[in-house]
Amino acid sequence: METIVRFFSLQDPNVRYVVLGMLLLSVSTAVIGTFSLLRKKALAGDAVSHAVLPGVCLSFLISGQKEIWSLMAGAFVSGLLSLWCVQYISKHSKLKEDASIGIVLSVFFGLGVVLLTFIQHQGNASQSGLDAFLFGKAAVLMPSDVWVMSIVAVVMLFMVYAFYKEFTLFSFDPGFAQSIGLPVQRLEYILTALMVMSIVMGIQTVGVVLMSAMLITPAAIARFWTNQLFRMLILSVVFSMIASVAGAYISFLAPNMPTGPWIVVVLSGMALLSFLVAPQRGIVWKWWQARILKRKTAEENVLKAMYQLGEKENSFQETYTLEDIFSRRAYATVYTSRILQRLHHQGYVIWEQGEAQLTAEGIRKGSLITRRHRLWETYLTQVVNIAPDHVHDDAESMEHLITEELEKKLLEQLKDPSLDPHQSEIPPIN
Amino acid sequence: MITHVENPVVEVHDLTVSYHKKPVLWGVDFTLPQGALVGILGPNGAGKSTLIKTIMGLIPHSSGFSKLFGKELSEVRNRVSYVPQRESVDWDFPASAYDVVLMGRYGKLGLFNRPRKADKEMAMNCLEKVGMADFAHRQIAQLSGGQQQRVFLARALAQDADLYFMDEPFAGVDASTEAILMDILKSMVTRGKTVAVVHHDLQSVKEYFSWVLLLNMRLVASGKTEEVFQEELLQRTFGGKLTLLSKMSELVHKNEFPVRES
Amino acid sequence: MHFSDFIIVFTASCIAITCALLGCFLVLRKMAMMGDAISHSVLPGIAIAYLLSNSRDSWVMLLGATAFGILTTLLIEQVHQRMRVQEDASIGLVFTAFFSIGVIIISAYAENIDLDQECVLYGEMVHLPLQSLYWGKQAIGPMAMYNAVVMLLLVLTAIVLAFRRLQVCTFDPGFAVSLGISVSVWHYLLMSLVSFTTVVSFEAVGAILVVAFLVVPSSAAFLLTQRLSHMLVLAALIALFSAVGGYYLAYWLDASIAGCMTCVAGLFFLVAFLSQRLLNKTIPLTKENTGTKAIGIN
Repeated sequence: METIVRFFSLQDPNVRYVVLGMLLLSVSTAVIGTFSLLRKKALAGDAVSHAVLPGVCLSFLISGQKEIWSLMAGAFVSGLLSLWCVQYISKHSKLKEDASIGIVLSVFFGLGVVLLTFIQHQGNASQSGLDAFLFGKAAVLMPSDVWVMSIVAVVMLFMVYAFYKEFTLFSFDPGFAQSIGLPVQRLEYILTALMVMSIVMGIQTVGVVLMSAMLITPAAIARFWTNQLFRMLILSVVFSMIASVAGAYISFLAPNMPTGPWIVVVLSGMALLSFLVAPQRGIVWKWWQARILKRKTAEENVLKAMYQLGEKENSFQETYTLEDIFSRRAYATVYTSRILQRLHHQGYVIWEQGEAQLTAEGIRKGSLITRRHRLWETYLTQVVNIAPDHVHDDAESMEHLITEELEKKLLEQLKDPSLDPHQSEIPPIN
Repeated sequence: MITHVENPVVEVHDLTVSYHKKPVLWGVDFTLPQGALVGILGPNGAGKSTLIKTIMGLIPHSSGFSKLFGKELSEVRNRVSYVPQRESVDWDFPASAYDVVLMGRYGKLGLFNRPRKADKEMAMNCLEKVGMADFAHRQIAQLSGGQQQRVFLARALAQDADLYFMDEPFAGVDASTEAILMDILKSMVTRGKTVAVVHHDLQSVKEYFSWVLLLNMRLVASGKTEEVFQEELLQRTFGGKLTLLSKMSELVHKNEFPVRES
Repeated sequence: MHFSDFIIVFTASCIAITCALLGCFLVLRKMAMMGDAISHSVLPGIAIAYLLSNSRDSWVMLLGATAFGILTTLLIEQVHQRMRVQEDASIGLVFTAFFSIGVIIISAYAENIDLDQECVLYGEMVHLPLQSLYWGKQAIGPMAMYNAVVMLLLVLTAIVLAFRRLQVCTFDPGFAVSLGISVSVWHYLLMSLVSFTTVVSFEAVGAILVVAFLVVPSSAAFLLTQRLSHMLVLAALIALFSAVGGYYLAYWLDASIAGCMTCVAGLFFLVAFLSQRLLNKTIPLTKENTGTKAIGIN
């Protein structure tokens, strides 16, 4: 409890800088990551984050000191150059983009490692800051770092605010954007520059490899929850921020725990959770929908069976035992009596002492299902041209899916048929 | 109208196929006679490629079955040949025309066996038959579209099968190549082979095919060309999708509902 | 040349050649980034292996770590197909998750795991000869060298024996299925080999430079050759020359060996790329050259 208060009250200046820095980083990477995900360039960020290393080292070799602005300038230039190389290689050879990303990523990084080890072996005393560009140093952010981060975040948000319409259009459909006269090339440059800028800043915090996660994962989770760009931007920023604070908190509790990897683990946990529970696409959601549908199907099948028994005897007031119902449908006893109990509660059936009778509502529903079944059979034979002996199985499942609107259209197109292909009467709507 | 035949080479029974849980073919049911040159016709998105991919086991089906020579596909693979669409492969792959044709012999080779002299000669012969012998060692990316299609046909010939399924072999092919390919198909049929071709161009149907399948999400007609290739049936095939059937597909897709209750 | 130098160059060559051979198939299948993903994802496997075996390599542990690579492949496919996350994003999502878990395990048990961050990213070849394999009580040479040789032989055998299967599955999977070949079995076999290779190479070259050996020589060979067998041989040669050349470059510059090997490989790629560009400029290969004689080939 005490540690929670100490962390979240931000008394500790160190905690303050780390949390503030991570939040700012979250904003810029999540925003730019969303656009690069939509432009199907998620892995280009991976190439850039590996490719900044030689720029950093060269700039150090030339200037001889680790002044943050010159290192970042070097990083920025080699990041841009790497993206240009990726494009140039895939455009001018038969190599596809994945291979050119792989080549640029690894060769730039290899060059960086050579320069870095070269500098280290020279024994230059001030080289120690350079490997921040490899592994990040989230735990020891300085006020000056936070300043740099706020500038980048502000620039980022301002650009997105200013060019929101253009970026949106360009990300979804560059061809169309060009056709209505947007300066596509310039937008591409701006987005690329923003991406490289936020990566250069982010690497020093979370390290080379995990930078990709900061770009990709929040956007991918957000995409899972919404189809709308603005919501997606907001969501990915929120997810990213939650993960950042959580990561910072964990490494605050256990100081030998690295911040960056924990942020990514939290983000990945959120992704996993989304895959499970997100509406429409989540696994649990889908499972639940399937369960509801299955129940509905089973209930409707029993009603239909009872209705058709009544049809045979020309009276729907009879009571039926389980055996009677089984004569139309093969079901396990426990199941059917449980279904009948549910139908009783819903008011479709009176189910007492092992005997079931349809209520007026039940007769209506039973006739509805039977009608839809026979209508679909008629449609399949008459319009779709399927032989009458092949349509039953299909109708057996479609009867549960046909909506009122679809039923109306079927009746219209088939001109209110009275008999189905098996010469059974199609119950009219009443 | 669907004409069924005795002792069919291909028998498709009540075949329903879903793609990404969305039904694209409903209750397709037909038979093909031996020695027929079959045109599979229908508008875009009618499920023509899906049909032959399903028969060849590339796509699973939701219900029904298909039999070739009265048997399961796995029992008669060596007698059946499949020619995919030209666009389905990356022609930058490092292989010569000859390499590709030799792949036609792989089905008959064991797992670790090398191609024998007979296999190699066969491959060369097949290249000659399609008029590509001069290009045998050319890298496949350097061939024109028509030449690539001829290489694919040569590969099918090298399989020495009795039944051929071809997915749009005339797509992107110039008129003279189409004539060459057509001559080869016709000579195959006269030797008792059965060839089924996914085809686009309605102009040439009467001249090319002895049997026609009309397809649009469901089978509209199957039968001899002179009986099936007529105004009314074509109108039914190409006159737009069945709106109710498409709506139903959407519903099934949205609910992720199994097409058949299990 | 000292014996330890020879061991380093020999081991590195084995690793480079193995990676280049497998890389050819990855590049042709457009799965280069899958190699990237796997090479990062095996980290937790390796960390756990170190933890359990006290850094003494054992084959069981190697195989255990390999399982993480296969798991990555499976997960990426599931996330892509089932969850409809676009493919590049699902690759990025999965491998960063695994990699972070690996880094966390290493930090948590820092005193038990002899793996530092530099080693994870770019390896430390100089340390290769340190650990010996024992035959009874007799030291018979460094462990890493034997691992690399076994791995090279394994991959070579697989490729030589199953050359035709791999070729047809890569070029035309639809046709392969129609022949009754189980494309997915071969896919997972290939991915298992890539995972295994990554695990064995990890100590020497680290996560990122494995990618270099997988992608760079094979891409250069792809640009220069017209048949799969030639591509495999050329990729292996480029890998070999990169390993040897890189070693001397590293010696001269006093810098990271693996890094220098990557740079030399990058140089080879640059040469291949430029010569291909020049060739295409002087001899325009139009797609409509029907009927003309083959140019410069045969």
